[in-house]
Formats: sequence, C-alpha cells, structure tokens
Amino acid sequence: MLDVQNIKKTFNPGTVNEKTALRDVSLHMEEGQFVTVIGGNGAGKSTLLNAVAGVWPVDGGRITIGGVDVTYLPEHKRAKYIGRVFQDPMMGTAATMQIDENLALAMRRGRHRTLRIGIGKSERAEYREMLKILDLGLEDRLTSKVGLLSGGQRQALTLLMATLQKPKLLLLDEHTAALDPKTAAKVLDATERIVGKDHLTTLMITHNMKDAIAHGDRLIMMYNGRIVIDVSGEEKKKLTVHQLLELFGKVSGSDEADDTLLLS
Amino acid sequence: MLSFISALPAAISQGLVWGVMAIGVYITYKILDIADLTVDGSFCTGGAVFVMLFGAGANIWLALLAAVLAGMLAGLITGLLHTACGIPAILAGILTQLALWSVNLAIMGMKANVAINIIDQTNLDKLLVSLRFVQDVAKGTRPFYRHPIFVVGLFTAAVIAILYWFFGTELGASLRATGANPNMARAQGINTNVGKVLGLMISNGLVALSGALLSQYQAFADASMGKGAIVIGLAAVIIGEVLLSRLFTNFALKLLAVSIGAIVYYIVIQAVVSLSGIDTNYLKLISAAIVAIFLAIPYWKERFNALLAKFIRKRGNIDA
Repeated sequence: MLDVQNIKKTFNPGTVNEKTALRDVSLHMEEGQFVTVIGGNGAGKSTLLNAVAGVWPVDGGRITIGGVDVTYLPEHKRAKYIGRVFQDPMMGTAATMQIDENLALAMRRGRHRTLRIGIGKSERAEYREMLKILDLGLEDRLTSKVGLLSGGQRQALTLLMATLQKPKLLLLDEHTAALDPKTAAKVLDATERIVGKDHLTTLMITHNMKDAIAHGDRLIMMYNGRIVIDVSGEEKKKLTVHQLLELFGKVSGSDEADDTLLLS
Repeated sequence: MLSFISALPAAISQGLVWGVMAIGVYITYKILDIADLTVDGSFCTGGAVFVMLFGAGANIWLALLAAVLAGMLAGLITGLLHTACGIPAILAGILTQLALWSVNLAIMGMKANVAINIIDQTNLDKLLVSLRFVQDVAKGTRPFYRHPIFVVGLFTAAVIAILYWFFGTELGASLRATGANPNMARAQGINTNVGKVLGLMISNGLVALSGALLSQYQAFADASMGKGAIVIGLAAVIIGEVLLSRLFTNFALKLLAVSIGAIVYYIVIQAVVSLSGIDTNYLKLISAAIVAIFLAIPYWKERFNALLAKFIRKRGNIDA
C-alpha cells in the first residue's frame, strides 16, 4: 500500500544548521499492515512521516501510495489518501469550529468542496453514532466548540476525523505523547479498535517501547536517519523491551539506546 | 447637544456604509486571521470605479457591480503576492495598497477628487443613497424608504444573508478551517492558498462596495477617502465584539455586531465633534488611540491576572 524508495531529506543545507534527517530510507508496507516506529530524538521518525504526508518535498527518492506516485503532490492533494493524527492535540482540529463542523470537514477529505451546504441533515445523526465509539461522551456535545475539549478528547476526535473517510494510509505521529497516561491508554485503545475494524494500513510513531511492541504487527526502529531494525511476524510477537535494546545496541554500535529511548 | 441630535441620522447612515467595509475586514481579520491592509486602497478603488462609471452614464447597479469586481481584483493581487510569491500577508497588503494609490488616480483620470453631479435632479434621483436624502426625508420631500439608513440597512442585511449562507457551505467551511487551523485544513485536503485568496477577494469586494456606497452618499470620490479604513474597520469589529459578543453568538449576528460597531463608532465620533468642538483633524489620532487601547485590553487583562495569581500564591506561602 505504501512504497517508499530511497528518500532523502536534509534541512537547512549549506548552513551551520544543516541536518540530514533521512538517508536513503526505503519502506514497503502491505495493505492492512500496522507498523510501529520507534527511535530516539532526531532519529528521523517524524521526518519520515512528514515526508510521506507531503509537508515539504523530499530531496530524492520516490513515494507511492496504493500505486499512485505522490512524490510531487502537495500536502492537500495527498490528504485524499492519508489520514493523520499529530503529536500536538491542538493541531488536528479547528478550535473555533464545532465538533460536527470539524467532522463534516473531515468527511469531505479528498472531495471537491462545492457550494452545497456544509453539513447535510442526515450527517449529524451519523456523527453521533460514530462519536459513541470513542466513549468520551462527545456524542451529546455535537455543537460544542472543539476548543472547549480536553487534549485527550481532541486527539480522539482527530483520530475519528482521520478515519472518517477510510484512508489508504493512517499516519499517527506520537499521538498519545502529550496526554496523561490514563488518557493516552484510552486513545491507544480507540486507535486499536478503529484500525482493527477497518483493517487500516497504519504507520504509528511512538516514544514508548512497550507500546511499540504491544501494538501492530511489525516494528521498525530508526537511528540517525535510517531504518536500523525491522521486525515482524512471530519474531515481533515474542519481542521484549530488553531484547529490543540489545538489538539496537548491536546495530548502532553503542549503548546510547538505553538513555535516548528509555528516558524520552 | 441639539447639533449632535440633528446630526445623528447622518452619523448612523455613515456608520452603516462603513459597516459594510468593516464586515469585509471581519472576514480577513477574524475568519482568515490576516490583517489585510489592502483595504485602505481598495475602498477608494470602489469609490473611484463607481463615480467614473456612473458619471459616464452607466446603470447604477452595473457601476456598483464593477466597483465590487475591482475590489475583488485588488484582493486577488494581495492574495497572489502572499500565496504565490511568499510575501508576508501584511506586507503584501501594504504593497497592493501603495500600488492602488496610483491605480485609483488613474481610474479618476489623474484627478485627486471627482464629484458626482447631483445638481442635475434626474442624476440625483438615480442614486441609491445620498446625504441629500437624509435632509429630503426629514423635510418630507422624499419617502422614508429612500432614507440612507433604510437603503444601506437593506444592503447590510443582504450582505449578511449571503455571507451567512456562503460560510455554511462546504467551500465556506473550508475557508473557516483555513483561518482556524491551516495544518488541520491541509491534512483534510483543503488548499489553504486558495482559501486565503478567495477570502481576500470576498473581503475586498465588500470593502469596494462600501467605498462605492460612500462616494454616492457624499457625492464624490477622493484619492485619500480610504486612508485609515483598516483602523475604522478594526474599531468596528472590536467595538461590536466588546458590546455584543455575549449576546450574539450566531455567525449572522456576529456580522450584525460588526455593523452596529461601525454605527457606534460614528455616533461616538459625531458626539466628540459636536460636543467638544475639537478640530476634526484630530479624529485620526483619536481613532488610532481607541483601537490601540481596545486591542491592548485583552493582553493587559491576561498579564494582570497572571500577576494577581502570582501575588496570591506568594501571600499563601507567607501565611503558611
């Protein structure tokens, strides 16, 4: 479903702030695969996700989603294929608009926006049903401004918005990192349910090794702009945090993993 | 006091005319989150296009439409400077505004001031609004429905109705999302550049409509008639918000609040002029001061609350 071939990205080239974030990264994901991504700060996880989402153009390589070459498509055109949830709970929703208005915007992702009414009559009932899945009581607050919701509620809503139109690819960028543990668990739970229900092809970054092991059917670890570990199937199921750290130490030739991964 | 009361209908009429412009400012400033300085130029563009076309014998509705289109073109230029050329929005607006000074003079045949001939009675009768009509209705020589308050009131109602409909559509909602959260908008497949350009066009179209109405009302267009328009627009937006934001939560009512804000602004200005006898040259200074204070209040309030909280915490520590 997703095919990334040798993509490269360097920020601020030719300046003192030059930073090579992606070095020839390739990744192939089958339809329905749920991949978790871990790595320390600056390993290139978010850069990889943003490259796929089209936040800025890559310096080289090719990105295909469901057979469509999207390498040169701008962000808003790629959105047709991609559902996204950001790390910052403020980023995925429009605070000054109502819950139902946000959902209606998401419902029209990838479609031409016309002068037809923004929210059809039958839509609201549909949204109410969908919000029940989140189990946060949002179904009774359809006309509340999203700005009034908590971070966790906003993240859950963003998740629903990202999957309202079944995306070919779901990108989750540490979407529970800014939440308290209890809320994070709830949002992760909702993620599992939504991804499982529609068999969504999902790429999820997390800073939590336990979460990375517990969720998904394949795990990749990034280090210094490269994918250094790629585990799937039975091997992934049996993986422990300890083994993962050992593996990382071998690949990267250092034991810095203990600090950068466990502490972050 | 008497002079103030007798000047009230004219002040309200003028406030309503400027209110149409302020609604345009509301679209960029509040919905798109852009401070668009094009308006100081496009206001006059509307007036200039109208006066020249009307003076040349064009149908009044056609002249108004042309004025609106000219304003939208100005908005398009600012929008393209901002989105296609990557120039910060404020600077893009200033550039267009500066360029429009020359353009407006060119439209008016290189004259700084062009009058509408209202001595010619048939010409005057064709106008939709005029300061003359205020007096005529008071004297009883014209029916009440020709009063500028009534006519511009209808214009305002129509503008609010159209905008209310538009911002409820899929396209309008995508514009609101563009202003509220561009990241989210792009992630939902909205071309935020198109949204910004479209918003700037609609806004400046309304500003030009207001300029065209004002030039009719005062029977002339003047190269400097839009000077400080953005400040008046912001004043109207802010006054409307301060006075009515608790009461008016619906979008249409919020737009109405902007129009009311403009009326209040002109009544206050009229009061200052007739009651204090101040030199009218100081009006721009007063306007700027009023807007600066109202813009600063929310910031000060926040700082003050933070200080207060800190103070209370400290006191608590000492007591304990």
